Amino acid sequence: MAETLRVNPIQCSGHGVCAELLPELVTLDEWGYPVIDPRPVPPVLDRDARRAVSACPALALRLVSR
Amino acid sequence: MTTVVNQPAAGGAAQQAAGLPRLLPAAPEDLRAHLARYGPAPYRNQSGALIADIEASGLAGRGGAAFPVHRKLAAVARAGVRQGRTVVVANGAESEPASRKDELLLQLAPNLVLDGLQLTAEAVGAAEAHLYLHYAPGPQILRALAERAARGLDRIAVTITQAPPRFLAGQETAVLNRLGGGPALPTFQPPRVSERGLGGAPTLVQNVETLAHLALIARYGPRWFRAVGTATEPGSMLTTIYRPDGKAHVREAAIGTPLRTLLGDGAGVQAWLVGGYHGTWLPVPDTAGFTLDNASLGRSGAAAGAGVLAALPSGRCGLTEAARVTRYLAAESAGQCGPCLNGLPRIAAALAELAGSGHRRQTLDDLKRWSGPQNLVEGRGACHHPDGTVRFVRSALAVFEPEISRHARGICSATDRGPFLPLPPGMPTREEDWT
Amino acid sequence: MNTAFWYASRATGIVALVLLTAVLVLGILVNRQGRLPGLPRFAVTDIHRNLSLLSVAFIVVHVLTAVLDTYVHIPLISAVVPFASGYERLWLALGAVSLDIMLAMIVTSLLRGRLNRILWRAVHLLAYASWPVAFAHSIGSSKDLQQGWMLGLAVACAMIVVVAAIWRLAHAARQVPRARRVAAIFAQHRTGQVTR
Repeated sequence: MAETLRVNPIQCSGHGVCAELLPELVTLDEWGYPVIDPRPVPPVLDRDARRAVSACPALALRLVSR
Repeated sequence: MTTVVNQPAAGGAAQQAAGLPRLLPAAPEDLRAHLARYGPAPYRNQSGALIADIEASGLAGRGGAAFPVHRKLAAVARAGVRQGRTVVVANGAESEPASRKDELLLQLAPNLVLDGLQLTAEAVGAAEAHLYLHYAPGPQILRALAERAARGLDRIAVTITQAPPRFLAGQETAVLNRLGGGPALPTFQPPRVSERGLGGAPTLVQNVETLAHLALIARYGPRWFRAVGTATEPGSMLTTIYRPDGKAHVREAAIGTPLRTLLGDGAGVQAWLVGGYHGTWLPVPDTAGFTLDNASLGRSGAAAGAGVLAALPSGRCGLTEAARVTRYLAAESAGQCGPCLNGLPRIAAALAELAGSGHRRQTLDDLKRWSGPQNLVEGRGACHHPDGTVRFVRSALAVFEPEISRHARGICSATDRGPFLPLPPGMPTREEDWT
Repeated sequence: MNTAFWYASRATGIVALVLLTAVLVLGILVNRQGRLPGLPRFAVTDIHRNLSLLSVAFIVVHVLTAVLDTYVHIPLISAVVPFASGYERLWLALGAVSLDIMLAMIVTSLLRGRLNRILWRAVHLLAYASWPVAFAHSIGSSKDLQQGWMLGLAVACAMIVVVAAIWRLAHAARQVPRARRVAAIFAQHRTGQVTR
């Protein structure tokens, strides 16, 4: 089941925890907000993706299945 | 202030034969005149029948996004069967300052819109209906509702809510936020409003012009609707046109009408703005072949949007116009999402610097980066406000590039520096400005 | 044996108070997007969460040893039900209230994805009630903390919490309300006004 990372931009306040835990898929723009790779999360990164979702202090990151 | 041009122009005989105008009578029609012309709204008393007709007609939304109407209807109807309750909303919050079509439609033919609202409510099984307006309800709409109530024409009651004068107030989730008692601010979409909208019920939000077309399709059928327009984009649409003299006209045109028919042949015009303030600038020498449909306009990255078309005269400064509009768009940001909140005001400030005399090299580089293909701003908000603004800015940078170079050297080619495109004054700064 | 339980209860109690101080300060640090020197950003969130669980572990031992100690009779239920104990009725009741709040915070945080956001936040804000109540419980129910270095330690914790809370409140007061955020960015760029 392919899953993609989505951020709720209203809840996101730019903590940047996601980019630290998942640099392969998330980078930060010049203002500290996440730029997320729109492609499905590769299986090898699945655990890290779930960790990033859980660690977000604003609960702004989620994994959605297609 | 707004005049209506109903007479067909150059392509005249063809337009008249096709039976335009369809939506706008010459003067406001009361219920009696409306019934004399159209008869009562044809309720189907059978679920699914109207949706099938709408699908066959190919009607797309007239609020700017051109989403296939039957798909929205079907989605809400389906979700309604599961949940037991649905809501319909007629969206008349024409929040684009340059658009006047919805306002005029509600003045001249409110009963068509209200018919459409009732027919749609029947099609999706709604027991709750709303009319959401940009201005306080005018005498025509109030009279129409009173007359219909007196005759028992409406199956469900319609609640009127006035939107705050914000650009985003007509955005689908902002509409529901406002109707739910909150501010007219967009919310994050999952779940979709067709699944979970007002009060948790599946909700259909449809532009008032769309509802008017729907009310006519219900009477005359899909083939009638397709008699004008193109095969993939059938029907007619209301446009708000700004000719070089600055006067605005609302005019119904068949989709596929050559833009030159609507905007003139381009003499004395430097550029066209197609699709309003989230639209695209087109340089006039290139505009010969464009027609009023998304297939044609899409070739240059443009879209018809809510039908705002403007011809910018040669004596104006396009860069200054673009900068003024961009500042307005930035000021109207909800300020909820980091990329939009940070990107749009900086883009506006940079464009303002370009519109001044001499600018720093860094400013132009920054502007190109923020509005460029890396999607630093585009697509990263909860709504499409940053996307539309970036599209507007990107096309301005391309079309007015010679003017940018001139301004860099301290020269402006404009002879008239007054504002051309309409913008409301001031900027929202208090929470109440959004309610 | 009894004395060992009694000492263990008092020791785990004071350690829990210190841990809870750290948890509260770290919670504020997460909210303010602050950093712990030399550590990545996710460490602040992780340590905050882990220390909160560790604190509850210490409190569990603190409660169990107090119950097992037969010198005074403290029913187990009084750990979460206020006024269920005959001994030091009021002070233990405060401990129960504080622990109840902590348990609610932890349960809502574990279920965070499924809960209403506003509900989670409301419960989490009760931390500002839970800490002072725990502090009052500590001082009131233990003679140890009412003198000497333990009193000094408890007061130091209280001062840290007060300073951190003031820092948090000051930020909330200074925060730009949503309706003014765009204006604030425009002001940063000193322009945006098109002069012509």
